[in-house]
Amino acid sequence: MDQHQPHIVSNTKLIGIWLALLVLTALTVAITRVELGGYKVVGALTVACAKAGLVIAVFMHMKYEGVLLRWLLFLTLVTLAIFIGFTFFDVLYR
Amino acid sequence: MSGHEHRDDYGAKLGMWLFLFTELLLFGGLFLLYAVYLKRYPHEFASGGKQLNWVLGSINTVILLTSSLAAAMAVTSIQRGEARRTVALLGGTILCAGGFMVIKYVEWSAKFGHGIYPGSEHLKAGPPGESVFFSLYFLSTGIHGLHVVIGAILLGWIALKVRGGELNAGNNILLENGALYWHLVDLIWIFIFPLYYLIL
Repeated sequence: MDQHQPHIVSNTKLIGIWLALLVLTALTVAITRVELGGYKVVGALTVACAKAGLVIAVFMHMKYEGVLLRWLLFLTLVTLAIFIGFTFFDVLYR
Repeated sequence: MSGHEHRDDYGAKLGMWLFLFTELLLFGGLFLLYAVYLKRYPHEFASGGKQLNWVLGSINTVILLTSSLAAAMAVTSIQRGEARRTVALLGGTILCAGGFMVIKYVEWSAKFGHGIYPGSEHLKAGPPGESVFFSLYFLSTGIHGLHVVIGAILLGWIALKVRGGELNAGNNILLENGALYWHLVDLIWIFIFPLYYLIL
C-alpha cells in the first residue's frame, strides 16, 4: 500500500456521470408511473443499484482504489445480501 | 511526504470506508424491516406510499445528485490546487443540503397536518400496517435527514479549513473523507426514493 499519486477525476467525467444519474432517475420515475405489476419493483431496484454503482465507482473513487478497499466493499455487500437473503428464506416460506 | 508532520492518508481513508460500511449495514437493517413488513402488509404499504408526494421526492433526488456532483468536483479542485473553487463548490453542496431539508420540512409538516406522525391518534385508530409504514418512513427519512445535517456541518467546517489554507493540494484527506460521507448520504437516498415514493 504505497502512497501513490492520487487519481484526479476530470470535471468532464464527473458531469457525465451526473447526467447519467439524472437520466436513470427519470427512467425509474417513468417505469414506476405505468402499471407493470411486480416488474416495476425489480425495474426500480435494478436502476437504483446501477445508480449506486456509478456513485461508488466514480464519485467515491472506488474505481481507482486498491485491492483492499474493493474487497472490503465486496465483503460488506455480501454480508448485506446474506442477512437480507436469509431473512427472506424464513419470511417467504413460513 | 514532508518529514515534519506525521500523516497516514491511506489509513484515514480506510478508517472512513470502514465507518461507511457500518452505516450501510445500519440502513440495510431499515430496508430489511421495510421488506419484511411490505410482505406482511402489502395493501397498507401501497396506500401509505400513495400518500407520499413523488414529485417532491424526485426534486429532492435531483438536488442530492447535484450536491454529490459538487462534492466530487470539490475533491478534483483541491487536488488541482484551486482553493477558491473548492470553497465555492462546497458552498454549492451545502446550499443543496439546505434545499433538501426545506423540502423535507414541507413534506413532514404536510403529514403532521393530516395527523400522521409516530404515535398519532389517527394512526392508532387506523390499521396496524399503515402505522408500521409511516413509522418506518419517519425513521428512515429522519435518520437520513440527520445525516444530511451532519454532512452539511462537516463540509462547512472543511470549507473553512480550505479557505484558511490548512487543507490544500498536498493535504486534503479530510476533504476527501468528508466528500465520501456526503456521497453515502446520496447513496442511501438512491434507495429510499424508489422504495417509499415510487414502487408502492
